[in-house]
Amino acid sequence: MEMETTISLLDIRPLVPELTMICVGLIVILLDLIVRKKEVVAIVGIAGTLVALYGTYKLYGFYEPQSAFSGMFVLDGYSNFFKLIFYLNIILTICISFKYMAIEKASFGEYYALLMFATTGMMIMASAADLIVLYLGLELMALSTYILAGITRKRQRSNEAALKYFFLGAFSSAFLLYGISLTYGLTGTTNLREIASALQTLDLNGSPIMYLGLIFMIVAFGFKIALAPFHMWAPDVYEGAPTSITAFMSVGPKAAGFAVLGRVLFGAFAGMQVQWASILIPMAVLTMAVGSIIALAQTNIKRMLAYSSIAHAGYMLLGVITGTTGGLMSTVNYLAIYLFMNIGAFAIVIMLRREGFQGENIEDYMGLSKSHPLASALMLIFMFSLAGIPPTAGFIGKFYVFMEVIKAGYVYLAIIAVAFSAISAFFYLRVVMYIYMKDPKEEVVLTRSPSMSIALAVTAMMVLILGIFPSFLLNLVRYSILG
Amino acid sequence: MPETLWTVLKVFIVVNVVMLHVAYVVYFERKVIGHMQARLGPMRVGWHGLLQPIADGIKLFFKEDIIPSSADKPVFYIAPVIGVIAAIASFAVIPMWEGFSLANINIGILYLLALSSIGSYSIILGGWASNSKYSFLGGLRSSAQVISYEIAMGMSLVGVMMLSGSANLTDIVNAQSQTWFIVSQPVAFFVFLMAAVAETNRTPFDLPEAETELVAGYATEYSGFRYGLFFMAEYAGMFAMSAVATVCFFGGWKGPDVWFLASIPGVVWFLLKIYGFIFFYFWIRATLPRYRYDQLMGLGWKLFIPLALANIIFTGLIKLL
Amino acid sequence: MTAPQLFFAYFAVMITVLSLLMITRRNPVHGVLWMLVLFVHIAGLYIFLNAEFLAAIQIIVYAGAILVLFLFVIMLLNLKKEETVKKFQKHWLVGVGTGIIFAVFSVSIVRKIEVFPQLGKYTIEAVKAEGNIMTVGKVLYTKYLLPFEIASVILLVAIIGAVVLAKKRIE
Repeated sequence: MEMETTISLLDIRPLVPELTMICVGLIVILLDLIVRKKEVVAIVGIAGTLVALYGTYKLYGFYEPQSAFSGMFVLDGYSNFFKLIFYLNIILTICISFKYMAIEKASFGEYYALLMFATTGMMIMASAADLIVLYLGLELMALSTYILAGITRKRQRSNEAALKYFFLGAFSSAFLLYGISLTYGLTGTTNLREIASALQTLDLNGSPIMYLGLIFMIVAFGFKIALAPFHMWAPDVYEGAPTSITAFMSVGPKAAGFAVLGRVLFGAFAGMQVQWASILIPMAVLTMAVGSIIALAQTNIKRMLAYSSIAHAGYMLLGVITGTTGGLMSTVNYLAIYLFMNIGAFAIVIMLRREGFQGENIEDYMGLSKSHPLASALMLIFMFSLAGIPPTAGFIGKFYVFMEVIKAGYVYLAIIAVAFSAISAFFYLRVVMYIYMKDPKEEVVLTRSPSMSIALAVTAMMVLILGIFPSFLLNLVRYSILG
Repeated sequence: MPETLWTVLKVFIVVNVVMLHVAYVVYFERKVIGHMQARLGPMRVGWHGLLQPIADGIKLFFKEDIIPSSADKPVFYIAPVIGVIAAIASFAVIPMWEGFSLANINIGILYLLALSSIGSYSIILGGWASNSKYSFLGGLRSSAQVISYEIAMGMSLVGVMMLSGSANLTDIVNAQSQTWFIVSQPVAFFVFLMAAVAETNRTPFDLPEAETELVAGYATEYSGFRYGLFFMAEYAGMFAMSAVATVCFFGGWKGPDVWFLASIPGVVWFLLKIYGFIFFYFWIRATLPRYRYDQLMGLGWKLFIPLALANIIFTGLIKLL
Repeated sequence: MTAPQLFFAYFAVMITVLSLLMITRRNPVHGVLWMLVLFVHIAGLYIFLNAEFLAAIQIIVYAGAILVLFLFVIMLLNLKKEETVKKFQKHWLVGVGTGIIFAVFSVSIVRKIEVFPQLGKYTIEAVKAEGNIMTVGKVLYTKYLLPFEIASVILLVAIIGAVVLAKKRIE
């Protein structure tokens, strides 16, 4: 027998943030038994995330890509930046869900624990350097989100959302596994770096069977990111799930999906850029088209935001298609911006929900500016940002992606994207129009809470700051990815 | 080719011997319980009723095989057969004396667990296919019970596998030439014994066929030889479980190595130990009242599984130190 | 055909046939039963590949635990009405068509494979020398320790999920 693979205790170090998240998740469950006040549980969750964030920061300090567990897990700037997105995602989600879950009568301690586990899964995905770890991370994230989508179990829509999400998720997992097994069968390894070198030495780059395997994997990631034509689940699930979870899902799994997409395509299949671009380009165009055009017809704001998130996934995908590091950076940048503007928008949606009032219809926003000028202004900012109107961050995100696309020579893609972006501005601005130019139908009472105010302040500030001073975020992304 | 023929012959002999034992286990049970209750047990057919099992067999064989009109026929037919096959097939891996087992495979214990889980289908399906409330309840109870106790059983055997470093039953017996595992694994043995009783649906865990509430549980609608098959499956399962307990905890075919005892062949020791266990089965049947269903599940999940887990951790620690 | 080829052919054909039987049964319990037979055949395929440990686990976990729970749930649900509903809607032809196109596509590609990766260090002889369970255990607890542990967290989440979604809450 050749040398045995050994694993030492030191291998745990790069995993400290993930382990912290899992431990805090378990503590939260136990705490839920003892403490009656759910706020305490939520605060413990936030505190745990901050500890994990600190761990990531400390590990970032000696910045050198580290790998652990015989190369299955890597800690590098790329994964760390994604982890930052995930931390912010969970913290903001917890902030906006305090009151909301109480109104939905589903403020269980497990809710927060599952959020932590889902985030752990995303973190593992971002750090995965092996297809098996990647798959398991994806399952951990997916399973937790299935449950979260159905956590308001008295509501039929929520049950439907969970079930739909579960079935299509399981289906996409099968695709992923099939793709992985084809890759393994051809290259004899599941390690991303070894796959890249095996593809070189065996001269498999561009071979039809590898192409097939790649298609399967892209289909699976496409499901998670909600790329057309694999987006069918997104509107129903986003609408049916509790709104806070919709906010969580529209950012977290999407970012994690892009993290693995970037890692797999750039790490293992870099030599097949022509092939995967040929799959992704039609998908991106279709995604932007579906997202922008169908959103026009929506009357439910959660559904509209679901289609909007599909369209945004299309824009983000453009950066990946370029196959350049610059393109990838623009996608990552876009994701970070999307986090703030999207969660901000959902936070406003959540504020409209109160006992006995859904507040999900766009008409509920009529004349909101008369009674709640501040909330209306915030919604205006988020909608402008989602539409990509300067000086908000959304503009910066789109701008850099389009720049990189043009730089990589896909001018026609940039033109198409700008066109769809213009179309999509219509439905974002319709919400603004309802808020500012219509007369109120009935009085709307907003549900407020301190944590909600904090979340709104942070998201709105970030959207504005990043819109006016984009270099800070861009430098951070560049530093993370290029070192 | 002659080798294959020889194997087939061996299989044939073992199956027949096991069936004969199974038949006389029933006789043994009636005698034991009879005497425990100050009766004599079967006395009429043959000397002290020795031919009773054969008479019973013939009677069952010639009885009419009634099938309820609303039963799911194919499933109804096949259910008892699954049970018997699973129980008998268990004997394929059990080493009966030094160097003899039909198949000396490396995954012996896992094979046994796999068969015992297949065996549970017979009861569940039998209960469902009969299309009767009593049968159905019996089937449901049994499926829940068997799944729950299978976990405890599998985990209790993990300790044995850890000590012997193998899942091969012959290796396990050989690992016990110094001390039997009952000495080093008493907790595992206790859990295994209880789980074995529950797995074979015997009193005090015979909820699936509790006659006071469910008539005869899953077997209510069965008659004639199909009922006989269920009966056989239960007793063969008991015999198999006793054999596993003997092999895993009581040193299998090994006997004390002193005096004239050393010259007694291994198979005698093996059978003696098995009958010891079978006697234990009868003994608790005659002694203990039946558990309530929630008590049964609580016992399985809250006591036996944690115990088995603790035992694994403990064994691991001992091995490590 | 050599004996191994025959063996494989039997299992491959049976697995296909059984899975078809499984999805076409009107009675869900019959479907589950065909699935049981299917699992046994998959286990047979594992033994054929010298993965006896996997074969045993396949039976214990899938046939012994998961499928029994399937049965349990199906029996409790009492699906009398569902049995009468038409099982396949109009699109089944589309599905079958897609499947056939896909199968032809894959087969035509797979037949073209000429390069094979180098065989790893776990040859049949190496596994047999050490014992199947021992080899699997060693690999699982060294090289694949991380995936193994992540899988345990996934199972934990599944348990929590079942409790959250199904347990009665005392308000």
